[in-house]
Amino acid sequence: MPLLEATGLFHYYGAFRALNGVSLTIEEHQFVSIIGPNGAGKTTLVNVLTGLLRPSRGAVRFKGRDIVGLGPVRLARLGMARSFQLVNIFPRLTVAETIAVAVVSRLGRGGRLWSSLTDDAEIRDRVLEVASLFGLGDKTSHPAGALPQGDKKLLDVASAFALRPEVILLDEPTSGVSTGDKHAIMEVLVQAAKRIGIKAIIQVEHDMDIVFGYSDRIIALHEGQVLADTTPDGIRDDERVVATVLGKRTR
Amino acid sequence: MTGRVVLGLVVLGVAAAPLLGHQYYTTLMLPFFGYSLAVLGLNLLFGYTGLLSFGGALFVALGAYTAAYLTSVFGVLAFEGIVLAAAVVGFLVAIPVGLLCVRYVRIYFGMLTLAFGMLFYSFLFKFYHLTGGDEGLRVLRPRLFGLAFESLDKVQFLTGPFYYYSLALMVVGTAVMWRIARSPFGLCLRSIRENPGKAEYVGVSVRRYRFYAFLIAGVFGAVGGTLLAVPTGLADPLLAYWPHSGTLVFMMLLGGFSNFFGPILGAFVFIFLQDQVMSLTQYWRFVFGLILAIVVIFVPRGLMGFLDPRQRAGV
Repeated sequence: MPLLEATGLFHYYGAFRALNGVSLTIEEHQFVSIIGPNGAGKTTLVNVLTGLLRPSRGAVRFKGRDIVGLGPVRLARLGMARSFQLVNIFPRLTVAETIAVAVVSRLGRGGRLWSSLTDDAEIRDRVLEVASLFGLGDKTSHPAGALPQGDKKLLDVASAFALRPEVILLDEPTSGVSTGDKHAIMEVLVQAAKRIGIKAIIQVEHDMDIVFGYSDRIIALHEGQVLADTTPDGIRDDERVVATVLGKRTR
Repeated sequence: MTGRVVLGLVVLGVAAAPLLGHQYYTTLMLPFFGYSLAVLGLNLLFGYTGLLSFGGALFVALGAYTAAYLTSVFGVLAFEGIVLAAAVVGFLVAIPVGLLCVRYVRIYFGMLTLAFGMLFYSFLFKFYHLTGGDEGLRVLRPRLFGLAFESLDKVQFLTGPFYYYSLALMVVGTAVMWRIARSPFGLCLRSIRENPGKAEYVGVSVRRYRFYAFLIAGVFGAVGGTLLAVPTGLADPLLAYWPHSGTLVFMMLLGGFSNFFGPILGAFVFIFLQDQVMSLTQYWRFVFGLILAIVVIFVPRGLMGFLDPRQRAGV
């Protein structure tokens, strides 16, 4: 059974077809990149796959279960997490608290009104583990809003990783980060995914260095349809993809 | 550590007040205990969860009318029972009101809570045979731990046994709220305040947690209401009137909603300031309007912002 399976996804914004019949299957142990020019439907696809948007038509199955309209809370519980293109954090919570929110919900302890957060050794250990995986181990008491941009991005992803999901969708994990920092962030991310045991990573990415440097598989979208779905080498050799997606980038 | 010492000294000082101070000021402390609990509850909703409620007066009035009904209609005088019953009533009423209100946020949440408060006010005002209408209902002197203190006159009872009972209840209520604020649940509430969208994606059921916070605030409001009703000996509809909700919000802003103890300080300063200003001028509302404007513009973190200048990450 595939981990994540989308069949015949359509999504319309008025007359505009953001998704025009997209089908894809994600298996375990894959790092999949979704590429495509602006307006190709990448973010819409991620939003549909993670339950933020209900598709106009089509089905999404996660571990064989229909997840259309399930909502982010239950998806998180099932084992799917995501991060956002724009940094999405809790500005006035510390780094440790930000990660702790995810750990608390992963452990199902959000309903505990009467226990002390700081005395909970299991929560503390898991928070520290995730924080150090992301190089934030010495900044746990910093307010998230005061971190440099790169660290905010890492924290955003770290809190999603702290859910210990099976699948994680990353919407431009390195957007807004200087070129020099991009590879460092990706290295941290891939290592952390291995340590935490994440089975599949799906990312939307514009930076082709990152896409070709890390992906096992690339899905090229164009005008709401899958143009190509193959290995990085296959993508490089695909003339249509080079013309519509890559060409624009290298010019 | 120093915080604990300061806290201990403050509680000791408040406990010693009836022995040292003027009787008049001792009676002024009684509403302070009740308001502290109500505003602590309100601040769990606002300072922690990010929901500004204008329905605080509804729950305070529920507590007061519970006390009135139990003492003067059903003849139940045991104050332990009254407090417990008020907590249950506050909880039960908060269920339907909360279920409806937490579907909305920001101004819509505030307006809806206000609407329920006004609804209850009209009910109290119009259903004369049930509620005593504008005259309200009498609250008889309760028994504390089964003791009636018949040898004491009203003021002696209020400034003696009832004072300490109220103080103890406030300390216990504050301790309970302290634990809630520092629990994993409290952290989830703060994550909702900061960014509800993100909170959902890390698995926090935003609406459900807002609802729980609403229930807790309802219980604290109702228990606070019982403490307010005994000294005045009356539950009247003005307790549910919407400006009273505004008073609770004022206390919260005055003390500072971004500090755990802000609501308590705010309740204290409000009550004593109101007493002083009212004795000086009949235009006390003008003075208070000015104070509120100054607080909002110049000290948005409230008086606690002066006492504790650290930007606390804990709240």
